Amino acid sequence: MIRHLLSGADLDADTATQILDTAAEMATVAGREVKKLPALRGRTVVNLFYEDSTRTRISFEAAAKRLSADVINFSAKGSSVTKGESLKDTALTLQAMGADAVVVRHPASGAPHRLANWVDGSVVNAGDGTHEHPTQALLDAYTMRARLGRLAGLHVAIVGDVLHSRVARSNVLLLSTLGAKVTLVGPPTLIPVDWAARAGVGSVATDADPGTDVCYDLDAVLPGVDVVMMLRVQRERMNDSYFPSAREYARRYGLDGPRMRRLPEHAIVMHPGPMNRGMEITPEVADSPRSTIVEQVANGVSVRMAVLYLLLGGNNR
Amino acid sequence: MTAYLITNVSVVGGPPTDLLIRDGVVAETGAGLTDPEAAVIDGTGLVALPGLVDLHTHLREPGREDAETVDSGSRAAALGGYTAVCAMANTSPVADTAGVVEQVWRLGRQAGLVDVQPIGAVTVGLAGERLAELGAMADSAARVRIFSDDGHCVADPKLMRRALEYVKAFDGIIAQHAEEPRLTEGAQMHEGEVSTRLGLTGWPAVAEEAIIARDVLLAEHVGSRLHVCHVSTAGSVEVLRQAKARGVRVTAEVTPHHLLLTDEVVAGRGEQASPGLSPDWSPTASYDPVFKVNPPLRTGTDVAALRTALAEGVIDVVATDHAPHAVEDKECEWAYARPGMLGLETALSIALDVLGPQWDLIADRMSRTPARIAGLDGHGLDPAPGVPANLTLVDPAARRVIEPAELASRSRNTPYARMTLPGRIVATFLRGEPTVLDGKAVK
Repeated sequence: MIRHLLSGADLDADTATQILDTAAEMATVAGREVKKLPALRGRTVVNLFYEDSTRTRISFEAAAKRLSADVINFSAKGSSVTKGESLKDTALTLQAMGADAVVVRHPASGAPHRLANWVDGSVVNAGDGTHEHPTQALLDAYTMRARLGRLAGLHVAIVGDVLHSRVARSNVLLLSTLGAKVTLVGPPTLIPVDWAARAGVGSVATDADPGTDVCYDLDAVLPGVDVVMMLRVQRERMNDSYFPSAREYARRYGLDGPRMRRLPEHAIVMHPGPMNRGMEITPEVADSPRSTIVEQVANGVSVRMAVLYLLLGGNNR
Repeated sequence: MTAYLITNVSVVGGPPTDLLIRDGVVAETGAGLTDPEAAVIDGTGLVALPGLVDLHTHLREPGREDAETVDSGSRAAALGGYTAVCAMANTSPVADTAGVVEQVWRLGRQAGLVDVQPIGAVTVGLAGERLAELGAMADSAARVRIFSDDGHCVADPKLMRRALEYVKAFDGIIAQHAEEPRLTEGAQMHEGEVSTRLGLTGWPAVAEEAIIARDVLLAEHVGSRLHVCHVSTAGSVEVLRQAKARGVRVTAEVTPHHLLLTDEVVAGRGEQASPGLSPDWSPTASYDPVFKVNPPLRTGTDVAALRTALAEGVIDVVATDHAPHAVEDKECEWAYARPGMLGLETALSIALDVLGPQWDLIADRMSRTPARIAGLDGHGLDPAPGVPANLTLVDPAARRVIEPAELASRSRNTPYARMTLPGRIVATFLRGEPTVLDGKAVK
């Protein structure tokens, strides 16, 4: 097993599948009266959050607690961090306290990679800047597999602010590894230039992004996909000329009822949350039977249990 | 004053000869020289170059003496074979008045290891709003001729035009940090495949190229001298090539790191970092801010274009952009780290690695031309009878492993740690006095 989970690229197909299979076993625990396993008893998991993210933090917290680990929540707000303590000093502090795993959320891309240089325990990237969010990609893959029965050969559209999305980056890497095809959809301003340069070329499989292509036209993509994943659009993008207005964005790239009905019968709609209802997704879509948004949250706990279990030597081989 | 007799040394790659240094000048050259009072240095296998001249050095004093001082930076320069360095203006306080440039100039004289030629700021406080007192700095004891807001671009086209025009009165030159600020807000590394993968905000090549294109047109319009700092992209090379063909009075520099490293090192990958880089070397980790620099490391295509441009003379000069930073400003998250790399003690080795033993070319790009651009009389002259003895002796056969802890700079932010590089400076002379002997600084 790998030591850290920093990027979707850290996972080969076998390891990713092992995590998803383990998550399926973990999910059975949630149905029990006593939702707890003794697997990580005596181990310490630190949630080190430099950004507010209540949903991700409580998901990791629930996962660790269901495995009987001791959980320490270290929020950067109101801590020594606001007094100017460096990431390295914080890392050495956690190291001295004997953290077996550090789950880190940080506004700077690559911060978990830096942290991994300074602690002996496992580092789990719970979202770093505009880089990656690998457990989100794992829970998305888990959700797709649970709903559609497979991952290989699926066609997944990821729609919205790809440029700034850690969810998109991790999903592109993981889904490609697991044999799905990804089409990135959004206004050209929100697609990275080197990917956009290849838009319309068709399949642009490379080492960096196997089986990924780009399309600016959401309506053209919808009839052919098995999964459409809507990304959250940050309100601050509106004031930075990425698109003219929220309304225009919603008209061109929002998923509403008529667009949803253009999807194939079996296709599902995903969103990592939190949603801007009425912006990238309408309530009609978000609350429809195609929507997996609530399942994604539940699956998140199972997947994070699997990740912590496997990283912390639950199956020392 | 001791005399020195350097025997059997190759002057800029020529056949072995002897050099007698006495009274601050090269007194004699030729085979079989003797001088009973001279200290003898065996120059067998060594190459004598005119003392190197750096157009772009950050000495950090006043303001960040924890990162570098004029004294420590001068020592690093001498050990790198330099006899003159031009000290950038982005100190604290900014070198935007006669008082500050004179202070830096005096500190350089006190250190006495290289000639420290201050560069003055173009605008007050580097704020890009109104001209600093350029004439007062030119008339000061520091005799400033190069003006630069380096670290910041003089982005306002009207202000840039006025600056270019104004310094003509004292044969000044504006050294531009070419970076359109609106295109690089929050930028962290070269915009391309690697920045996409690493999720770091991109610094697009066009942000540099657009400013250079504008500035060569402005310089042409007003007939002024423009110098372009740290050119980093293939597109910039093409803009410069066209401007020079039209006769625009523009010169340009490239840094050693832009000649060697690519953006792949940010991803922790060494094997694709550079054509010809020691194959046993790779970064120890991804997102290591020791590789954060402005302008950022670019692609292999850019590196190749820069090398060609340097050889052809489209780029005139290798300048270090030596930028010392304290440990805490580098041992942190990538986005929070300060940009910049050490360069003085490794520049000649990188040039030798990249260009090979083309001594005339190296002397031209690292000594003669920068001395001419900066107007430094007595520097950039090949060792010959009557010429001020500003020279350095290189052992081209030596190979050394770069150890950050062994550098003379106060800072440790070299991107070449653990890399094996060719060439070693054996001795450096400033006006006939050794500043480096046996590879060690004399003071």
